[in-house]
Amino acid sequence: MTTKTVETVEAVKEEAVETAAPRSAGRQRGSLVFILTLIALIIGVSICNKLPEGHALYVSNYMVTLLGKYLTYAILAVAVDLVWGYLGILSLGHAAFFALGGYVMGMHLMRQIGDRGVYGNPDLPDFMVFLNWTELPWYWTGFDNFAFTALMILLVPGLLAYVFGWFAFRSRVNGVYLSIITQALTYALMLAFFRNEMGFGGNNGLTDFRELLGFDLRSNDVRLGLFIASGVALLLTYLLCDMILRSRLGKVAVAIRDAENRTRFIGYRVDRVKLALFVLSAMIAGLAGALYVPQVGIINPGEFSPLNSIEVVVWVAIGGRGTLYGAVLGALGVNYAKTWFTGAFPEAWLFALGLLFVVVTLLLPRGIAGLLRYKRSTQAAS
Amino acid sequence: MCSLLATAANAEVKSGIDELDGPFTQFVEGKGADRTKALDAIAALERNDTREVLDGILNGDLMLHKATDTIVWASLDGRKYTMQSLDRSKDLGSDTKRKLSRLKVTNSIRSHLRSLIASLGLRSDNPVQRLAAIDALMETPEQLPDETLTELLGSESDKKVLASLHALEARKQAISDNPATRLQALETLKTDLSGSSRSLVQQMAATDVEPSVQEAAAKVVIRQAEKVTFFARLETVFFGLSLGSVLVLAAIGLAISFGVMGVINMAHGELIMLGAYCAWAMQQLMPNALGVSLLLSIPVAFLFTGLIGIFIERTVIRFLYGRPLETLLATFGISLILQQLVRTFISSQNVPVANPEFMSGVVEINSVFSLTSNRLYILAFCLVVFFLLLSLLRYTRFGLEVRAVSQNRSMARAMGVRSSRIDSLTFGLGAGIAGIAGVALSQLTNVGPNLGQAYIVDSFMVVVFGGVGNLWGTLISGMTLGIANKIMEPWAGAILAKILVLIFLIMFIQKRPRGLFPQRGRAVEAG
Repeated sequence: MTTKTVETVEAVKEEAVETAAPRSAGRQRGSLVFILTLIALIIGVSICNKLPEGHALYVSNYMVTLLGKYLTYAILAVAVDLVWGYLGILSLGHAAFFALGGYVMGMHLMRQIGDRGVYGNPDLPDFMVFLNWTELPWYWTGFDNFAFTALMILLVPGLLAYVFGWFAFRSRVNGVYLSIITQALTYALMLAFFRNEMGFGGNNGLTDFRELLGFDLRSNDVRLGLFIASGVALLLTYLLCDMILRSRLGKVAVAIRDAENRTRFIGYRVDRVKLALFVLSAMIAGLAGALYVPQVGIINPGEFSPLNSIEVVVWVAIGGRGTLYGAVLGALGVNYAKTWFTGAFPEAWLFALGLLFVVVTLLLPRGIAGLLRYKRSTQAAS
Repeated sequence: MCSLLATAANAEVKSGIDELDGPFTQFVEGKGADRTKALDAIAALERNDTREVLDGILNGDLMLHKATDTIVWASLDGRKYTMQSLDRSKDLGSDTKRKLSRLKVTNSIRSHLRSLIASLGLRSDNPVQRLAAIDALMETPEQLPDETLTELLGSESDKKVLASLHALEARKQAISDNPATRLQALETLKTDLSGSSRSLVQQMAATDVEPSVQEAAAKVVIRQAEKVTFFARLETVFFGLSLGSVLVLAAIGLAISFGVMGVINMAHGELIMLGAYCAWAMQQLMPNALGVSLLLSIPVAFLFTGLIGIFIERTVIRFLYGRPLETLLATFGISLILQQLVRTFISSQNVPVANPEFMSGVVEINSVFSLTSNRLYILAFCLVVFFLLLSLLRYTRFGLEVRAVSQNRSMARAMGVRSSRIDSLTFGLGAGIAGIAGVALSQLTNVGPNLGQAYIVDSFMVVVFGGVGNLWGTLISGMTLGIANKIMEPWAGAILAKILVLIFLIMFIQKRPRGLFPQRGRAVEAG
């Protein structure tokens, strides 16, 4: 791209930024508030968990694991918001990247079981012994090494997103079509992982984990540790995304969201920008999945179901797309509501979730974050 | 004891029917050829119950009651036999096992009885019985005398039975000593693809003493194998079309709402499910008339889901036009609500939907190729729905207005088309078609709250593959995907075939983002 085109671009970019102008001042402050709240939450929960049982502020171990799970969901929501809220790609397949990250972590945890499985085979996980397999499939090699696993957690979802995105963005598949093929992608993966021949435990998935890096996954301290790790991961993800969105790349992304053809005609390589952010988003989703699996103790093909991906989209929609903290808020809020509803009125949860979908899309197109911002701007006006 | 038996054997055996007394005595007391002759005599009487009597001898249901020297029908009831007279007119009480003796049936008698029974069936008035009798003789054609066969061939009027007789004739010829006759047999066997005929020809190809016959048989083996492969392919195509018709039915309503209106209706699967529940509800209302209730449930489902569709359009979708991704979310919410409604008010379990009689059954084209009626009906039904819909859009005032609104809304409004009313009706139409598809699906799969979810991804794929806004595209893409799935299934397995089709579709959309038959023109860019 020549410098000349860059100059002409500025005008358009100004325009794109203009629409977001009232936001940018608030965004700085919003970010800061969010980061401080998150840090306070992590430290607060850690301290309260160590209080004696029965204390008014005591946070139970169950609650810690639950919150840890929510935090991984929040990371996933940030990933979806990055591509939907800022790039305009509605992915209905992000659960696939989440689940892939989860499976990679699951494979490592399976290898860590060693000979403590039901069949006591030091090399093969139980389900392979059960299927009369004699040796580990080639794609399981290396997963006993944590560093390799950690790399794969990012690489596997990232690679899939790269291949998929390279084809899709190059041929300018967008809008509804892109949403539908992402859905098909996760659906195809779900069907594939249900097959026993795949070597990922089929229907039952991977479970019965024991330890991670030598720490017993069933001990309360390790659970607290995983919660803190999830919180830190969320914090870092948030900072990374925020940094990218403030950079030139982020501004181009927003321009693509608002006027894709215009951005392309000006001379930006729209497909490359899309691909870069899509791959990044998939890696973040994979990281979320990897943190999720040791906390819930199981990963199975159900995680790939298209329904899960759509649910993530709803968290983001409810929280407010186009704002990172909105996505986090949505993920935490909806999941808390889900836990509460399924405990109190199990029948009513789907009604409530369904209504939330409808009401939010009809009445709150910018979600809770939009509502907050609206309040603030009216206050400022009066 | 011995003397008792002797007296029994010497006495006149009574059957209770005079004309049978003689033959039965001969059968019980006689030896070797006498006994077969006795059986021939019984068969020659041509009584109404001859077949039953012969079966009785063969199966041991007819026994000799020693005390009275009578032939009786005996059935074991606990430790005793209950006895009936031979014409089943009188109950003769019961007696212990040892008071009755079985009629002696040796292997040669048994096979003689079988061929007698078979040739009796050959002359039956009922063509179905004649067919059964011929089938029984297929493995042992030598039991049928040549004269009888010639006579039967001359007198038979039923086409199917005649064809069967020719097949039997060919089998007889195939084991003849004359090589010319055997060659002639091959000519007939060539067209017969049943397993027994093929193995017979294979046997001839391998073992016939006459080289020319052997050579001819070998040729026939190859031709038959070719035909069998051909019909196997035809069957795959039929299964593919059948799967395709299901896909088209599920997708065609979506093609209306998505293609014509640009609305992503994620609740489409749930509307299909509700249609299937309509079929179930109608069956609950009229449990004794399955066929009628199924036919009635088609309009009922159309109206019911159509009204729900109009309601959804009026309350939700109308506020979201031009924002396809948001309609996607809102309708997904609706789909969750509809699912939960069914779970709460009906059941979270599957409900049973019975197939009426005309839906179950098989249409047999030949011995290696047959079509199941329910799939045939659904294929036909799918085509009927498709062409009705096509002509509705093409030839009616309503269709004209739908097309006008979808092409240029403001111009249509300027011409006096009430576009918001058309929107409601179009969406209702799409929903109604989904309901009809549900009725059809209720005949093929389990009806439960999750029925719709299973079809939603597939239906979107069909619409996208075919090209949005093009009904013909939907038909062709549905059928293509169905056939592709079934072609891959034998070597890849059902699930892998589905995955491969999905991957193919993902690749295809990259190449042609607007489907097989894209809409052309300026309206496209606005989307």
